[in-house]
Amino acid sequence: MAAGTKRFFGSKTWRGAISLVVFLLIWEIGSLSKIWIKWESFEWLRQMLTAFGLKPIYLPWIGAVPAPTEVLMAWTHIIGDASYWQSWYISLLRVISGFIAAMIVGIPFGLLLAVSRTAYGIGFPVFEVLRPIPPLAWVPASIIFWPTQELSIGFVIFLGAIFTIVINVVGGARSIDLRYFQAARSMGSSQWDIFRRIILPGTLPSIVVGCEVGMGITWNVVVAAEMISGGGSQVGGTSGGGLGFFIWNSYVGGSYEQVVIGMISIGIAGYVSSELLRALGKRVTPWLHLR
Amino acid sequence: MMAPEMQTTVPRNTASHGEIIIDDVVKIYDPDGAAVMAVDHCSLQIKAGEICMIVGPSGCGKTTLLNAIAGFHEITSGRITLDGKVLCSTEKPKAEPGSDRIVVFQNGALFPWKTNLDNVAFGPIMQGQLSAAEAKEKALDMMADAGLTGVEHNYPGEVSSGMRRRVEIVRALINNLSVLLLDEPYRALDSLTKSVMHEALLEIYYKNKVTIFFITHDLEEAIFLGHRVAIMTTRPCKPKKILEVDIPHPRDYSVLTSKRFRELMEETNEAVHEEALKAFSAGEKEG
Repeated sequence: MAAGTKRFFGSKTWRGAISLVVFLLIWEIGSLSKIWIKWESFEWLRQMLTAFGLKPIYLPWIGAVPAPTEVLMAWTHIIGDASYWQSWYISLLRVISGFIAAMIVGIPFGLLLAVSRTAYGIGFPVFEVLRPIPPLAWVPASIIFWPTQELSIGFVIFLGAIFTIVINVVGGARSIDLRYFQAARSMGSSQWDIFRRIILPGTLPSIVVGCEVGMGITWNVVVAAEMISGGGSQVGGTSGGGLGFFIWNSYVGGSYEQVVIGMISIGIAGYVSSELLRALGKRVTPWLHLR
Repeated sequence: MMAPEMQTTVPRNTASHGEIIIDDVVKIYDPDGAAVMAVDHCSLQIKAGEICMIVGPSGCGKTTLLNAIAGFHEITSGRITLDGKVLCSTEKPKAEPGSDRIVVFQNGALFPWKTNLDNVAFGPIMQGQLSAAEAKEKALDMMADAGLTGVEHNYPGEVSSGMRRRVEIVRALINNLSVLLLDEPYRALDSLTKSVMHEALLEIYYKNKVTIFFITHDLEEAIFLGHRVAIMTTRPCKPKKILEVDIPHPRDYSVLTSKRFRELMEETNEAVHEEALKAFSAGEKEG
């Protein structure tokens, strides 16, 4: 127990906290520069900035962003708002279902490509043509193809994760040391034994990595899918649209604080889901995390 | 596969089986049409229950021989038999891998995702000889016997490389095998660990009378461990000189400083050195 406590308050935690505080401080100062800086006393700089087409009333770029304190204030206003949490819930649901679908399809497909030369010959070229197409490019097609909007969004998320998962599974299964197969064969393993006891555990680390990376991509994709699809099944204001729609809607409505809230919310959601996945990954591959 | 039935009918731990006859074996690799002869009409008889050391410079083709016995690679022509049973021949160039001959690999091939205990128990479970619980019990016994108490539930990645090698030898022996095939198993170990491992191997050997086919490039190791030492020519590989080591077993490390050991070293050193020079000037890669 003592070790756990020590680690929590260790230098790593402090560095993280300090970096966060410094980041917020710079953001706050930069954003409040419009109040603090007396532009009358910097007439020459003001003219120069105007010449470059910049509004000289605040520091470029960061001055245009709402300050963290303002964001925090806005956050306290909506934190009790059910529709804000509804956005979280909906985005989370979409990410999880799309991601799980990608795992269910991607892992067996990757294993199949890895163990069967025939399957590889047939499946890989198609896979490689589809892989470079960005999930966002699928959005219009997805809207056309799928009967409901929810399915189109789910499909785009699925596409975001599956390619990374498959590539990792194939690569992982193919890089298993030949000697493991030879040893297993010598000790009397059947083909099925080899699959279950060598290929599967041998690929597991790559499956975990593929899922971790894929999970990150699903969050990138969910937002865009939601923005473009415009809300989701329960159309009607900010309610039921997911975090991506929350951002877009706030932007359209001119509430820049809420735009930032939406961004940070996705950041947190992505971070938490990646951490959960990492923790799960550690549990299923204990031999990689030895003292 | 014939091996499992054999093991139930033939009593083990006697030196009455495990005889390998390598008869006129040729192996030609043919990458891109440029035929490379790895083994050239090699004949060698390994007696049941002996430790036969195969010495030759790196890349001389001795591993090719081991792979042919284990059933990992094909031979081009010739014949290899184990206790009269044909493993591979000109007609059937690739032997079926079997639990009667198991390889301990150069860099080790313990499954990293299994604990040491589960690694050792793997063979009997795979062959359906024992239930998982019985296999683990047997594995625990054998590991205790080999001085591996305390690391059973560790992963291979958690123990020293010397320890790992010992676990791997026990993993092979639990299969009631006839021949233990060792492919430079101690190459990566430092010389102090190596000396400990040599004595440990002998100790295991005295308890389990199996045939040991041991590949090495270390002459000292070969003479210390072996009943016989076959010094091989470098590519193509065939026996150049066969040395009967007349130092009685059981041996321990005091043998290394004995007069007879020195004499045998002197007798063979030149032959080994000659082949090493040939391999060196041919530019053979290590490994």
